[in-house]
Amino acid sequence: MLAVRRALKDVLAGAVIIALGLAFALGALAYEVGDPLRMGPGYMPLALGIILLALGIGVVIKGFIAGEGEAIGAVDWRAVVLLTAALLFFGLTVRGLGVAAALLGTTLLASLARSRTSLIEVVLISVGLTVLSVVLFIYVLQLRVPLTGPWLPF
Amino acid sequence: MELFDNLGLGLETALRIENLFWCFVGVLLGTAVGVLPGIGPIATIALLLPITFTFEPVTAIIMLAGIYYGAQYGGSTTAILINLPGESSAAVTAIDGHEMARNGRAGPALATAAIGSFVAGSVATVVVALFAPPLAAVALTFGSAEYFSLVVLGLIASIALARGSTIKALAMIVLGLLFGTVGQDIYTGTPRFTFGVRELYSGVNFVSVAVGMFGVAEILRNLESERTRELVTQKITGLMPTREDFRRMVAPIARGTVLGSALGILPGAGHVLASFGAYTIEKRFSRNKKEIGHGAIEAVAGPESANNAAAQTSFIPLLTLGLPPHPTMALMIGALIIHGIQPGPTIVDTQPALFWGLIVSMWIGNFFLVVLNLPLIGLWVRMLMIPYRILFPAIVAFAAIGTFSIALNPWHIFAIAFFGLLGYVLIKLGFEPAPFLLGFVLGPLLEDHLRRALIISRGDPLIFIERPVSAVLLALAAAALVLAVLPAIRQKREEVFVEED
Repeated sequence: MLAVRRALKDVLAGAVIIALGLAFALGALAYEVGDPLRMGPGYMPLALGIILLALGIGVVIKGFIAGEGEAIGAVDWRAVVLLTAALLFFGLTVRGLGVAAALLGTTLLASLARSRTSLIEVVLISVGLTVLSVVLFIYVLQLRVPLTGPWLPF
Repeated sequence: MELFDNLGLGLETALRIENLFWCFVGVLLGTAVGVLPGIGPIATIALLLPITFTFEPVTAIIMLAGIYYGAQYGGSTTAILINLPGESSAAVTAIDGHEMARNGRAGPALATAAIGSFVAGSVATVVVALFAPPLAAVALTFGSAEYFSLVVLGLIASIALARGSTIKALAMIVLGLLFGTVGQDIYTGTPRFTFGVRELYSGVNFVSVAVGMFGVAEILRNLESERTRELVTQKITGLMPTREDFRRMVAPIARGTVLGSALGILPGAGHVLASFGAYTIEKRFSRNKKEIGHGAIEAVAGPESANNAAAQTSFIPLLTLGLPPHPTMALMIGALIIHGIQPGPTIVDTQPALFWGLIVSMWIGNFFLVVLNLPLIGLWVRMLMIPYRILFPAIVAFAAIGTFSIALNPWHIFAIAFFGLLGYVLIKLGFEPAPFLLGFVLGPLLEDHLRRALIISRGDPLIFIERPVSAVLLALAAAALVLAVLPAIRQKREEVFVEED
């Protein structure tokens, strides 16, 4: 049991790599592979996917032989979910709402990701950052991004 | 003298008013961000990249370079004042620099860092001017086989110098290469791994990758455990080092400059290695070695010079071979490509104003750093007090709007979220994001040259060892790999990096 616990982090790490290698290698089979002289689009991804798969197995084996035994550490799920949501919100709404409104939602969600920020602070930070970004990017740097969008009545 | 003609052209370019201005802005922004702990130069450059799109290429690259070496310098300010290096290469500066600050000598420590960086930067600029053109001339004779081997060497060498598990670093490179294949295949036009999303046909946006892996993933890491910062708050008085201080810093600056200039050319964490190496040298050879670790000025001067010299010379492989020695330079490549310039040996001849303008601007930028940083130290201290609860939503907001402005493409924002999560998971499991980014940027180049070389050789893979230059490069790559895995060297390497934590 002890060996397994010591190796846990590396086993997980290896598993992720193996999964990614498999995914790329299998995905590559959907394209024409070809031969070294006339490589198809699938050749490189297939070869690299197989190498990645092998490296993943290597990571697992090394974990059992010489696992560092470090803990993975707690995951701050609140931060993970809210930060991802903040970015997705921007991507989904920026065309409809324009930069200003989309940014307001994004900074609200993002600042909520830190549990110790109070609600008042969250509002102040997001409004402040939205104003700052709009002034900085649209008025000072003159980036060509739409300030408002068709979803808004004004 | 051709060199003087070239430097004259560079001077003319760098002194154009818009170039001077944006060089200044770059250095200022770079220092500001380097000072802030929790956002490194890679994320900064990626965030600020969109601003430079409307510039002329030479202005853009001058500003980005300014951000880069400004950030190097800003990192050391943070290291000295709060013992929390804003940048990994500033970690050794923290040891003695912070000790000096606690003894009430923060002023001279900051001044020493500035003077050391300026001297080293100036010398290293000359090194770049002298060595880059001949190297480019050699590189011009390279064919696809040589280029393929060179990229392989660059990738392998980057992990030989990095810390942590070699096999994990290799896995990151390969994963980066794989993500680099996303998009239309250059030879057949077949879309690969695009899941029918048209926006992915041109490949994954590298700004999204950099911002996600180095910005968002880093925020997630920081939110897990917020560290408290110990700021040396008492008023910083007496910036000027004493006559005795000056006498003591001369030799370390000279040693640091030589070491840094040499190591900066190497792929991987050359500048980190340079500052650690310089610290070790001072510990062994300095006349005041007993004081080192307790606030010795030598241990600030040496590593700071080395680190800045390496930052300059790491432009050599970028400008002559088109090979980025570390992820920040990989972003520079991306920036040049967006401006329609393929970095490589031809740059010296086809873009002389850009090449020499950049070199001269680095010297001017270093001068700005000295005149700028010492008077503005109060501002930097105040920046250090920006609470993280404001800082991280600001990074998210800037990342979103900046990346969106590149192509008004929401998929670039989704990609930030994706690579932020992927980066977070991988870092959690003990992987480093730097080799991933290098692999991602170099992937298309590697594939292109591999396929071309094999077409030339009619599918015979022996071409890579039959051509002598290619064979030597591959042998070097193999040697670097062996070195990285050998237990004795590994141990030494861990020792060098152990003080970083």
